[in-house]
Amino acid sequence: MISLSRMGAIIRKEVRQLRRDRLTFGMVFGLPIIQILLFGYAINTDVRNLHAAVADQANTSLSREFVADVEATQVVRFVDQAETPAELEAMLRRGDISIGVFIPPDFDRRVVDQTRSAVHVLVDGSDPTVLGVAAQLRNVPVQFGSGSQRQAVELIETRAYYNPERRTPVNIVPGLMGVILMMTMMLFTAVAIVREKERGNLELLINTPVSSAELMIGKVTPYVLIGLLQLGLILGVGRLLFDVPVRGSVLDLYIAGTAFIAAKLSLGLLISTAVRTQFQAMQMTVFILMPSILLSGFMFPFAGMPQVAQFIGEVLPTTHFIRLTRGIMLRDASLFELTPDFLYLVGFTVVAMTIAALRFTKRLD
Amino acid sequence: MNGDYAIEAQGLSKHFGNLKAVDSLDLKVPRGQIYGFLGPNGSGKSTTIRMLCGLLTPTEGSATVLGTHIPGRARDLRPRIGYMTQKFSLFGDMTVLENLQFISEIYSYPRTDRKARIEELLVRYDLTEQRRQMAGTMSGGQKQRLALACAVLHKPNLLLLDEPTSAVDPQSRRDFWANLFRLAEGGTTIMVSTHYMDEAERCHRLAILDRGVKVADGTPQHLQATTGMHVIEVLAEDPYAAQSAIHDLAEVASVTQLGVRLRVLISERFDQPLEIVESALTRAGVRAESIISSATLEDVFVAVTMGPEERAA
Ligand SMILES: Nc1ncnc2c1ncn2[C@@H]1O[C@H](COP(=O)(O)OP(=O)(O)OP(=O)(O)O)[C@@H](O)[C@H]1O
Ligand SMILES: [Mg+2]
Repeated sequence: MISLSRMGAIIRKEVRQLRRDRLTFGMVFGLPIIQILLFGYAINTDVRNLHAAVADQANTSLSREFVADVEATQVVRFVDQAETPAELEAMLRRGDISIGVFIPPDFDRRVVDQTRSAVHVLVDGSDPTVLGVAAQLRNVPVQFGSGSQRQAVELIETRAYYNPERRTPVNIVPGLMGVILMMTMMLFTAVAIVREKERGNLELLINTPVSSAELMIGKVTPYVLIGLLQLGLILGVGRLLFDVPVRGSVLDLYIAGTAFIAAKLSLGLLISTAVRTQFQAMQMTVFILMPSILLSGFMFPFAGMPQVAQFIGEVLPTTHFIRLTRGIMLRDASLFELTPDFLYLVGFTVVAMTIAALRFTKRLD
Repeated sequence: MNGDYAIEAQGLSKHFGNLKAVDSLDLKVPRGQIYGFLGPNGSGKSTTIRMLCGLLTPTEGSATVLGTHIPGRARDLRPRIGYMTQKFSLFGDMTVLENLQFISEIYSYPRTDRKARIEELLVRYDLTEQRRQMAGTMSGGQKQRLALACAVLHKPNLLLLDEPTSAVDPQSRRDFWANLFRLAEGGTTIMVSTHYMDEAERCHRLAILDRGVKVADGTPQHLQATTGMHVIEVLAEDPYAAQSAIHDLAEVASVTQLGVRLRVLISERFDQPLEIVESALTRAGVRAESIISSATLEDVFVAVTMGPEERAA
């Protein structure tokens, strides 16, 4: 029998302690905001304004127009001029530029000829994203004449694929929701019980009539509310600063959020029963955090990952939650269309919670 | 129901790996009495108390606590025992009042009487001025008063107190014990572990543990009368020289210095203890006065907790 009044006592105590713990309290609200700003502004897969230099040995109207077109993509910004490819290489080595564009003297003829490449692009390959950007440059069309006589060579409609609005946050924020909730929820609960173990409070608590279930549920409940608050905060900031839409139902999003929060809290409790110190709890949390960030589809497209990585990703609740949020927020999917992911979260919670409650015996040995 | 005893333990043992922290302990704690639990560091006092309240599962043996079988039904016992841990275990980031309120809620103390009960405890344990102070910021003695107040809040029949007065000044200790006596008069059985001899002397009965084994058990008077040791008190101008002179004697079990006096324990197997000591002092040329004394509880403690090699003396 669970006593609601005893559970209430635990909840009130938890809230009271949380309110007094300024740092944790700040983390609850500060962490989501800082993360969303960091990810929203800094992580930008649409790379722009890479430093570049050009060595235009042709110096014809066609070559000058080509250079102007390249600069117009805004992918690169020409910060310097060079005479020879060797000079470009030196600049690359010094790190002054990431991309060098070499236009040979017979540029015009090469454009028509098409058996030999007309332009050489020298790329700093030590950064894979720069390599990707260089590939985009290949698609810049070279055009003869002007006005109606324009005739494009090597025509691939690059501009259609380019996202001129720089909308990375649209894709990032739904995933970020999963990452932020995971971090705070799991860490707080993982530490919650171990902290009392360390401080000696647990020896007192388990001598009172409070049961394991009352203690567990009582400890976790305040964090469910905090998680839902964080969810709202992330949505709000995403909307305000990055104009991230919620195309589907907000209610669906909250239901999915609750399931995810429950899954993460149960996992945190499970960690809590397995470790002896707060430090160990932190380590375990980080141990789960890393794959959750890397393999959940948050950073890299899920389908592109190797088989093993995909398998690990499928086990992690974060993967399923990110699918849910992206579906609901961006593709206007309803929870019914995403049932498997939702059910996985529910199942995960039940299993983790059961193991945690079984593991947590009201004893010291 | 075994009406006379609050705790009865038979062959209670707890092993941690190869270490026998508690070894075949038999205990009988009469109801309504204060039962002292003495022993050097690591002798198994805390471990025994933890087994009695169901925190640790005994490796062997069992106990009946307030008529309830341990370790089987420890949960039924919780509302009827109060446990004060050796280490402060209340919530440091909550006030005195909040801690008491929490305890009253967790023990489901009748809602209508909670406020009155907490006020009563604040007054009784002299915490009225600290009621809004964070428990973690209080002095050692104040913390222990709060811990006791929390342990007795739900009016338990049995109190298990693990070194409740370590880090408490003598005056506070006297007050603390006055409170214990009041509780015992009200019918509460109290088991209290301690390192202080003056506290041990106040107990109705006590047990002395050494390396997990019970080495003595009885009333303080009984223990003092049955040490099996002569006690010689030596008053010397140079206690250090006197100590060197008698310490290595085969007959001497132990020598303890108390200021300028030495307390010398010699087994009752030897008939003329005074002569043994005096002749040794004379031989060493130490001027000293020796008299036969009666055993204090401290002597009892020293006598029963010394190693087998010393005891053989
Ligand atoms: N959880 C444990 N694991 C391993 N050994 C333990 C554990 N708990 C206690 N011990 C050991 O058991 C022995 C008895 O410890 P216990 O805490 O009961 O002693 P104590 O009499 O209370 O000592 P003190 O006066 O210092 O409090 C010690 O040697 C201790 O190191
Ligand atoms: Mg102890």
